[in-house]
Amino acid sequence: MNPTTSFVIISLLKIVGIVFLVILPMVSYAVYAERKVSALIQDRLGPNRVGPAGLFQPIADAMKFLLKEDFTPAHVNKFYYWLAPCLAMVPAITTIAVVPFGSTLFGVPMVIADINVGVLFVFAIASLGVYGIVIAGWASNSKYPFLGGVRSGSQMISYELSLGLAVVPIFLLIGNLRLTEVVRYQIDHGWMVFPFAGDWKNPAGWLLAVPMWISFAVFAIAVFAETNRLPFDLPEAETELVGGYHTEYSSMKFALFFLGEYAAMITGSAIIVTLFLGGWHFPGVPDGSHGWIFGLINIFVFFAKIAALLFIFIWVRFTLPRFRYDQLMRLGWVFFFEIALVNIFLAAAIITFFDR
Amino acid sequence: MAITVPRPKLTWFERLYLPAIVAGMAITLQHFKNMLLGRTKVTMQYPEQKWDAQLPEHYRGAPALVKDEAGRIRCVACQLCEFICPPRAIKIEPGEIPVKDRFSKVEKYPREFDIDMIRCIFCGMCEEVCPEQAIFLRKDYAITGLTRAEMVHNKEKLLEIGGIMHGVVLKWNEKK
Repeated sequence: MNPTTSFVIISLLKIVGIVFLVILPMVSYAVYAERKVSALIQDRLGPNRVGPAGLFQPIADAMKFLLKEDFTPAHVNKFYYWLAPCLAMVPAITTIAVVPFGSTLFGVPMVIADINVGVLFVFAIASLGVYGIVIAGWASNSKYPFLGGVRSGSQMISYELSLGLAVVPIFLLIGNLRLTEVVRYQIDHGWMVFPFAGDWKNPAGWLLAVPMWISFAVFAIAVFAETNRLPFDLPEAETELVGGYHTEYSSMKFALFFLGEYAAMITGSAIIVTLFLGGWHFPGVPDGSHGWIFGLINIFVFFAKIAALLFIFIWVRFTLPRFRYDQLMRLGWVFFFEIALVNIFLAAAIITFFDR
Repeated sequence: MAITVPRPKLTWFERLYLPAIVAGMAITLQHFKNMLLGRTKVTMQYPEQKWDAQLPEHYRGAPALVKDEAGRIRCVACQLCEFICPPRAIKIEPGEIPVKDRFSKVEKYPREFDIDMIRCIFCGMCEEVCPEQAIFLRKDYAITGLTRAEMVHNKEKLLEIGGIMHGVVLKWNEKK
């Protein structure tokens, strides 16, 4: 077998394995987790009818979505109406291509596309997700979806800035956009949120923790806004906009929006994990070159970290109320943008002064 | 007259907003933890757990016809319950007791006795008005059916729910 064929086959295996066997089940179980955790937080029991502790609920939900009537209202723009759900789902899944979800397994690097623009690709594709929502709002030809789409567009622009600026300190420090290199650096020098790890006596590490934590906070909050999660779920605010941008959608088209939101959450968490929380690295666990079992453990660690972040997503959603729209804009433009900007200079000063 | 509601002056610590978020998240996490550990009381899980044993004596469930100790239908088809029924759920078709029977020429009997459980409002007036103590409200409350026809209880069904009632009215028994 020539190298090109084997590369294609291995890549396809990785795509199928990661997207269909890990991400999509994770998406459906994120919905279950959302319902269960929200129920427990609100002193309810949550889904407990389908299977033990309601564990087969996602299957029942999927069946329900597939069997519902797929209704297209007469007043919509058909082409864009059909296009929008795809645009909501595809970018969320595509982003995972550059994220290293494990070290190596049988000598094969566990990343679908190890490209050198790494995080730029992530931002480029992730911001396409807003088109799904804006087009859905426009094509629905109805006031609530329209308002939802407009809100989504302006929210996305406001938070994309701080999202991009928040990661600049990391790349100042590493000098490489490739996400596998980011993980490699974190293994050698401690996770980004603990830059002092392994080098406790060096004050540079401790000082560097300040801009890194600010970056982490700003980035995490911006990801909340990017994925339309509470407290930033203005585009679909049920109490104000009926259902927001997906008011006019039914059946599987609605499900695609719904699952796209969760897929975006998972990829957002994956980016946070890769950039700040050490990717697939867990202290004391060697990488996949020491045996396939460690390779599997690395993959497991990566997804465990994502699951922990998903719990925080859900936990925040059922704690904080929604922002008012002007508060949201104020927060994005007046606080996070400035904080992220100043943070770059802070990090640059520390890096220059201590010559890391 | 317009009144200006004074806004509370927040301290800088409150204006920081983050401590309030942390406090809120601690509260929700506490609820989550208590549920996981089973410390929170939750409502009764209905189909698995039922409250049947604790239903009070005066509970008004499904109306039903009763038989006496000798297995005779007590209803004499006087149709008082049919007339009193506020939602007109009861439909009685009286008939004569056949000549061969020991009780012929004594009373009528209900040839058909239908109660439409979709209409029934469980008010208990039929029980109250019955001069023969023949209709009672039993404790059955889960009355379900897939069709409207299924929700109409006929005489057999009503007698099945009612069972035998040991009552004080001994009208048809031998005089002592």
